[in-house]
Amino acid sequence: MDYLLTDEHKMVRELARKIADEKIRPVAAKYDQTEEYPWEIMKVIAEAGLFGLFVPEEYGGISPTVLGLCLATEELSRACGGIAVCYAASALGTIPIVLFGSEEQKKKYLPDLAAGNRVAAFAVTEPEAGSDASAIKTTAKKEGDHYLLNGVKHFITNGGDAETYVVIAMTDKKKGARGASAFIVEKGWPGFEFGKKEEKMGIRASSTRELVFTDCRVPAENLLAREGMGFIVTMKTFDQSRPGVAAQALGIAQGALDVAVKYAKERHQFGKPISAFQGLQWMLADMATQIEAARALVYACAREIDAGAKDVAKDSAMAKMYASDVAMKVATDAVQILGGYGYMRDYPAEKYMRDAKITQIYEGTNQIQRNIIALQLIKETAK
Amino acid sequence: MNIIVCIKQVPETTDVKINPETNTLIREGVKSIINPFDMYALEEGVRLKEKFGGKVAVLTMGPPQAEAALREAISLGADEGILVCDRAFAGSDTWATSYTLAGAVRKIGAFDLIVCGKQASDGDTAQVGPGISAHLDIPQVTYVKKIESIEPASEGKGWLMRVERMMEEGFEIIETPLPALLTVVKEINEPRLPSLRGMMKAKTAKIAVWGQNDLKLDENSIGLCGSPTQVIKIFTPPPRTGGRRLQGEIPEVVGTLVELLKNDLA
Repeated sequence: MDYLLTDEHKMVRELARKIADEKIRPVAAKYDQTEEYPWEIMKVIAEAGLFGLFVPEEYGGISPTVLGLCLATEELSRACGGIAVCYAASALGTIPIVLFGSEEQKKKYLPDLAAGNRVAAFAVTEPEAGSDASAIKTTAKKEGDHYLLNGVKHFITNGGDAETYVVIAMTDKKKGARGASAFIVEKGWPGFEFGKKEEKMGIRASSTRELVFTDCRVPAENLLAREGMGFIVTMKTFDQSRPGVAAQALGIAQGALDVAVKYAKERHQFGKPISAFQGLQWMLADMATQIEAARALVYACAREIDAGAKDVAKDSAMAKMYASDVAMKVATDAVQILGGYGYMRDYPAEKYMRDAKITQIYEGTNQIQRNIIALQLIKETAK
Repeated sequence: MNIIVCIKQVPETTDVKINPETNTLIREGVKSIINPFDMYALEEGVRLKEKFGGKVAVLTMGPPQAEAALREAISLGADEGILVCDRAFAGSDTWATSYTLAGAVRKIGAFDLIVCGKQASDGDTAQVGPGISAHLDIPQVTYVKKIESIEPASEGKGWLMRVERMMEEGFEIIETPLPALLTVVKEINEPRLPSLRGMMKAKTAKIAVWGQNDLKLDENSIGLCGSPTQVIKIFTPPPRTGGRRLQGEIPEVVGTLVELLKNDLA
């Protein structure tokens, strides 16, 4: 389907596709196996300028749009959902600074993030605060010109490899969600250490670690927005970044379909290619249609954000939820089409299935997305 | 260091089909790309610019659509593109092409280095690069696999370059003053991917188009009539059929081989 992209967006897609085909596809299985952080690919992505897609031009970005970020993430994910999330998670860690940073904070942190010299991460989740972000236990206590951070964040994508972290901590526990604040924290500061690296089912090229804060001194000027804004920072960041996760899911789904179609044309049984059997044709047709519907939703949502729409929570949740459910279904069907080969690591289908699963879970589980959608729906009809 | 990189737009295929009636390449339905060897020339030019400063101008001769190759070169780090394009240049062989390109180089003006790929993937002659240096009367080093060292120009002395030249067996080290022309092999570097900034710059870059009116070359040395090469016939050589393997005890095999040589292959 022709989405009538601008020339600039076509360039982003073409460039990301080139990186995916020439640089990522040949090494995707290697990183999946070794679980090493894909620095060589991050360097390629940086040199291509794709980290500039989520930073305003005055801070070193290049024609930043949510749609551009989605196109890049989708194309990279077609080759490897794990490598793509290393990139997209840096966007997630950068967006709060773009949205809420002071002029000084933006000048200090954004140029390096736009150039890809540094990678960012966003740290909200804790062992006991997943979907319920208001249960955060990490604290930030103000002492003179700095805050003391104490607590543990876990499941942090890019954790340990990122240099710049946006961390949500409680400045006033009594106020509940309104007592949370956001801080920019740099790797290497005393009292900031990394816990264990998780071993994951999928997206194994990406790193997921614990962040451990023990009396970590964060200068007061590194508070993002104001005290008590942490929850707003988180919600607004996710509103902008969810289309990116949706795009990752979309890319994984498309990659799985590409593998399935190629295989169905090559594999012969009963004297003909299995693509000649209607049972498989209908599966492929459904997969392709679902992907296209997801793509239309994701691009529409990204365009809406780029046009400056205010309340995008519902649409953003719909895009993330639908695209990730499609990714899981399409990737599972792709494994089915490859049959026994689909189950084997020698073929790429099973990796897409493992990579797809996380997109239904992170950046708000799909159950939480449904809550957001339903809540908004009820609000709208109450007016 | 001001560098000129000469490139050619070629069909993206290693399996070139020839129209047997016109003796020309069949281009329909085949995507056009920058000749792969020229990508190494461009990369080397851009690296030298990044190290020593200056500019990289990309030069090509071809039909109007060759402009796309120049834009791609700009997305990969070149500063400007020049398309030599005129019906008067059509049908040029390697002599007329290198004569015409040398004319374009003179019009560009002062330069320190010309870099070309070792040959084009369609014509495979490897003659245009050396031809340009002959027409300009500057030194040439072909099949360069590494630039070993460069001594910048200093009081009264020009640039001096030491390069490794790939030979059938081993390599040669050659020192040459600049300006000179190099043709490079794929061992010299790994070409980069384009950047988003480069692609955006390429989209709006102004490509200079020079024809015979701009270059004012000798009418008898350009195009088909300026080309001494006459193509009588072009054909695809028949593929070599597989050999036959003789197996068994040596005395027996030798006997069979002698018989074969005597009878079947005589």
